[in-house]
Amino acid sequence: MNDFENRWLAERTRRHFFRDCGVGLGSIAINSMLGQLQAGELPAIDPANPMSARKSPLPAKAKNVIFLHMAGAPSQLDLFEDKPKLREYHGKTPPESLMEGKRFAFLKGNETLLGSQRKFERYGECGMSISELFPHHRKIVDEVVWLRGMTTDVFNHGPAKLFMNTGFQAPGRPSMGSWITYGLGSESENLPGFVVLQSGPRGPRAGNSLWASGFLPTSFQGVPFRGKGDPILHLRSPEGITRERERSFYDTVGALNRARLKETGDPEILTRLNAYEMAYRMQTSAPELMDLTGESKSTLDSYGVKPGESSFASNCLLARRLIERGSRFVQLYHTNWDSHGGPGENLNSDFEKVCKDVDQASAALVLDLKERGMLKDTLVIWGGEFGRTPMGENRKTIGRDHHIEAFTMWMAGAGLKQGHIHGQSDELGFGVVDGKVHVHDLHATLLHLLGFDHEQLTYRFQGRDFRLTDVHGEVVKEILA
Amino acid sequence: MARVFLLLTLALTSLAPAQEVSFNREIRPILSNKCFFCHGPDENKREAGLRLDTREGALADHDGFSAVVPGNPDDSELLYRIAHDDPDELMPPPEAKKDPLTKSEIALLRRWIEQGAPYQDHWSFEPLAETTPPASWTGNPIDHFVDASLARLEIKPSPAADPATLIRRISLDLIGLLPTPEETDAFVNDKRPDAWPRLVDRLLTSPHYGERWGRHWLDQARYADSHGYSVDGGRDMWPYRDWVIKALNDDLPFDQFTVEQLAGDLLPNATKSQLIASAFHRNTLINQEGGSDREQFRVESVIDRVNTTGAVWLGLTLGCAQCHTHKFDPITHREYYQLLAFFNNTEDANSTGPTVEVKQYEVLGNAPKPPARTKSDSNQPAKWLPVHYDEHRTSSGASLKLLKDNSLLIDKSAKPQEAYDLSVATNLETVAALRLRVLPDKSLPKNGPGTAGNGNFVLTNLRVTIDGKPVRLTTAFADHEQPGFPASAIINRDKNSGWAINTGGGQKAQMNAEHEAIFLFEKPVPTKGKPLTIRMEHDLNDNYLVGRFAIALSATAPPVPKGQEPAVTMPRTGKLMVMRELAKPRPTFILTRGDFTRPDKEVGELTPGVLSKVKPALPEPTSRRNRLDLAKWLVDPANPLTSRVTVNRTWMRYFGRGLVETEEDFGTQGSPPSHPNLLDYLSCRFIEDGWSMKKLHRLIVTSKTYRRSSKARPDLATLDPRNLLLARQSRLRLDAEIIRDAALSASGLFSPVIGGPGVFPPQPAGIYAFTQNRKSWKTSSGPDRYRRAMYTVFYRSAPYPLLSTFDAPDFQTVCTHRVRSNTPLQALTIANDPAFLEIAQGLAARLLRDVPGGLEPRILRACQLTLCREPSREELAILTSYLRQQSEDFVQDETAARALLSDELLSSQIPPAEAAALVGLARALLNTDNFITRE
Repeated sequence: MNDFENRWLAERTRRHFFRDCGVGLGSIAINSMLGQLQAGELPAIDPANPMSARKSPLPAKAKNVIFLHMAGAPSQLDLFEDKPKLREYHGKTPPESLMEGKRFAFLKGNETLLGSQRKFERYGECGMSISELFPHHRKIVDEVVWLRGMTTDVFNHGPAKLFMNTGFQAPGRPSMGSWITYGLGSESENLPGFVVLQSGPRGPRAGNSLWASGFLPTSFQGVPFRGKGDPILHLRSPEGITRERERSFYDTVGALNRARLKETGDPEILTRLNAYEMAYRMQTSAPELMDLTGESKSTLDSYGVKPGESSFASNCLLARRLIERGSRFVQLYHTNWDSHGGPGENLNSDFEKVCKDVDQASAALVLDLKERGMLKDTLVIWGGEFGRTPMGENRKTIGRDHHIEAFTMWMAGAGLKQGHIHGQSDELGFGVVDGKVHVHDLHATLLHLLGFDHEQLTYRFQGRDFRLTDVHGEVVKEILA
Repeated sequence: MARVFLLLTLALTSLAPAQEVSFNREIRPILSNKCFFCHGPDENKREAGLRLDTREGALADHDGFSAVVPGNPDDSELLYRIAHDDPDELMPPPEAKKDPLTKSEIALLRRWIEQGAPYQDHWSFEPLAETTPPASWTGNPIDHFVDASLARLEIKPSPAADPATLIRRISLDLIGLLPTPEETDAFVNDKRPDAWPRLVDRLLTSPHYGERWGRHWLDQARYADSHGYSVDGGRDMWPYRDWVIKALNDDLPFDQFTVEQLAGDLLPNATKSQLIASAFHRNTLINQEGGSDREQFRVESVIDRVNTTGAVWLGLTLGCAQCHTHKFDPITHREYYQLLAFFNNTEDANSTGPTVEVKQYEVLGNAPKPPARTKSDSNQPAKWLPVHYDEHRTSSGASLKLLKDNSLLIDKSAKPQEAYDLSVATNLETVAALRLRVLPDKSLPKNGPGTAGNGNFVLTNLRVTIDGKPVRLTTAFADHEQPGFPASAIINRDKNSGWAINTGGGQKAQMNAEHEAIFLFEKPVPTKGKPLTIRMEHDLNDNYLVGRFAIALSATAPPVPKGQEPAVTMPRTGKLMVMRELAKPRPTFILTRGDFTRPDKEVGELTPGVLSKVKPALPEPTSRRNRLDLAKWLVDPANPLTSRVTVNRTWMRYFGRGLVETEEDFGTQGSPPSHPNLLDYLSCRFIEDGWSMKKLHRLIVTSKTYRRSSKARPDLATLDPRNLLLARQSRLRLDAEIIRDAALSASGLFSPVIGGPGVFPPQPAGIYAFTQNRKSWKTSSGPDRYRRAMYTVFYRSAPYPLLSTFDAPDFQTVCTHRVRSNTPLQALTIANDPAFLEIAQGLAARLLRDVPGGLEPRILRACQLTLCREPSREELAILTSYLRQQSEDFVQDETAARALLSDELLSSQIPPAEAAALVGLARALLNTDNFITRE
């Protein structure tokens, strides 16, 4: 191909990408393609490589995100929220004024208040209360922002997880990782920009729709890495195909594709050439990522990683390694926090176990990122899809039902205050007294830190400009550094 | 976007004298984009009491000012405000976050007001225009409209694609399978003038047509085999899929097709088939999670039915009106819930019932004939001879001890997934069958015969070879099989299935006892005293080994026991969810902000009703209106949307883009048609032709426009870079399912069976690691392994990976249009998915069968099978050098070569290196962009 043809194709490809592929058809992106890039607009998406890194339209504090999703919803009342009044009224019927108009998944109406059996103490300069079940969290109280006034809209796990991930309770919308990689692409040329890791006894409810790209192109959907076997599906060449043989296979396919490109002039083939080269590189970069032998013993110990064992701890370490290698958004799911009180879900030994699963590695991740200077531009978010009720459930062992009116999350890193407590719930933990942060607000803040106006990061679909925050969301300015 | 579009509409429409401004083409898009959000139909959002979506509103007096004064731009407040310098006065205001109007937009508005500010109804709500080509036009009418707009810009259309490209194109488009090289040759050499329409008619009568186009329809029906949400249990919707395929193959007129699916249950004397059709709206999700509010998810599904109906038939985004009056389109909050009232009266409430039982083959009437019994050997009993074990080893080295009774016993030190390697001999001249007896032993748990805690085992594979060549085992049966673990699973090549002997489902057999499995060879194998090697594998469960066993051989194959013959399977019965109306209708209220807990009782109960803006009006009801009235309204010839939307979507499948690009939005925010006259011609014709979908297809594909070459042209890159004018065809990547179907049809593995319950092609392990509940995935064996991808069981929470990787929707909601992405995961899938390797092996085996010898003839054949054409000289050179280099390489590494081969290839006469190189050739061709693209 001569230079002219090259340039012609490149130009054709650009146009083709925006207009014919249904990729990147955000109205903003179109303007910028026409040379009208203005402050606040998205830069153009590279047609041959939709995941190539892009600058955010507004100044950004954060470049990357790690979201530690506590699937099933941990009890804030047994981890972070010390409520002496709840202990005092333990066993009493909750005041009617608080119950009015509230909806719960399983409560029948005759439940009584349940004071926590856990010991709490205040730690750090900010004086955050932490229960005995989270000893490692004491080390990060002054690193993170505590959001004690979280609220959400939906009280079943599937819909609520979707809500936390996509801003909408039914499946079909892009997840936040998709929105963010749509906006920013990824720094990595060898690994996916949006990766999902999972640990615990079962997968999160609502499954793959939690990291689906919805109506955004599938280039932006989350890629689940598996804890066992190959991290990426179909990563391994067929038996008998060595790396050298694979190279000549890719060379042959590439040569055939280039011949067809010359014949048809279709720029889509350029994209395919790039995609195949990336696939070839991923075959070595993904196993390299999963290979933890290069990590020091002290690092492994700080996370609590046991060699050869896939766990929340090893996933936390992988999250750091992914961000190091340029991935944009890493999401961890850990089950099972659904402490209703049934078998395997009690607030005693079952809850203690899952706390132990995540406490050390969550804290270690923040400290490790800090030590490596990565916390400057990486956001870490920790929390479930909702919280749990101040009332207990009438089951054989103690447990709490789903609660959407007040729960607790934490965030750390880029652009956030450190050791800051935002918001509080009432004395019994029913509702938020001040500093309410709705899920939409969390999303708006997240996008703000990444350099987006959440109202401007949109995608037109079925006649409407959709966004992660739907038609809501306010940036929580109080927690910004 | 708007600017580009404007240039184009100018080009597409004849420039009327004095530059008369068209409201619909030029003014409405500006007003809709910049003004309607605050000055549109939604009363609750309307600012300053001004609405600009009606002429009355625009002309209304506001304290002596009017937004628009016809003929007098300088007195029109609108023009004053949009061009104002003061940000307090400027419209749209900064807080609206919309760009100010451009100079050319302002100039257009000025000219429009000068010309009297005429309004038009939005184009899609206007009746279909009678547009016909002039009487002198003798060709396909489509070409008249397309060529006219090309001629206006002096663009020459591209020539027709070459015949080989054309037959591949039309086969993929109409039936979703590749033509055979013979079909391609026949067409290329068919010099009759009507060769093309003959080909079209042949394909339109193919039963695979209903599958191909049924798949498009199932996207809109959001068809899936599971309930969705988190639990995502299985459901039997396949009888509905059968119905769709049959309806399309029978060319059921689209109006009837519509009525039966939306209201089949309400038709007088409804037939079972019509009841089955009503399952269309039972494809909504069901939330089985404990503690779910039934009413909440019932309302969710009713809302989905309204939105789906709006998207599929009206091309409108009704969903917006769920929470408030539509911001852009004339759909009020109230009208939305009046539409919802049609769907609010069915029995189902986040539950499976009501259902109807449908037998497999019942809908399609295609029950297979029972296979003729094979006569050979069937009456000869087997004479089992015990073997002499020349060797008995395990892969770990743990001992397999030979006992006095000539049976083998595994040692306790065996690895959890141990494999056994035996070499056995008899004095037989030929061997036709092998018997494996599993035996109890005191050293085994519960006396065995397996090493599992309960004495069970799972034997996943048993391979037999002689002289290094595999012996094909065609049949396997046993005296006892655990349900779901038949002996036949030993010979299906799948590591995830096998034979086990636990008891269940009322079986009388005992597990901890002697049992036997018998394996029949494809044909008797001459042994002449040479040993057979046998490998037994246990790949599924840890520590589920066969504990003690003995092998025997026979020169004659025993008859297959009754009930174990292949292909005699009982038809399955599915419980299909259908619609049923409640005797007493549920009251319907407006839901405030779409929240089911906030019915607006002040407005009062709503009666079912349709959109006032869309003609025709519903007749005055004699009794309460129901879904049947709605369905009839949708297909009333006076309804301008249904026909346009359907024709446009059909067009989109052929050209990659609809005549209305926003095929899902025919409202004011959507794009206007590129060829309005053509769209209306086709829409009228569709109705005149009795809503025949096959006639519509025929009309489109027999046009010259459809047959044009898809090659890019440098001159068009500037004139019409998006190919809106259709001077050429477009290259389109195949849909996910069609990629697998095309590969299967090229390889010769394809099983053409139509309809029935879903199947389970091979799938990598670990897909369900991320789902709440593990799904059962028993990989299909036999022909079901190679069925069309549309029959692959679809779990909403964990779709078959190939499908999502290639952009199949997740079927949570209606999908009218799939995106086409192009990602590294797609590359990894075709290159490495074991299911694709199996296809590449099948293709290599086919090449060996089809072409007796020679490198080049095999390459030519491979290209004909996959690309349906001969390779260019350059391609031939690339492929020849690859094939040579691979052959030479594999000669040095025969182990690697063998690893790449299927049993069939291993048992062929060709050296492994050569066969492996052919697998490589097949794999390379399947991975080309050309293979997965319709050119």
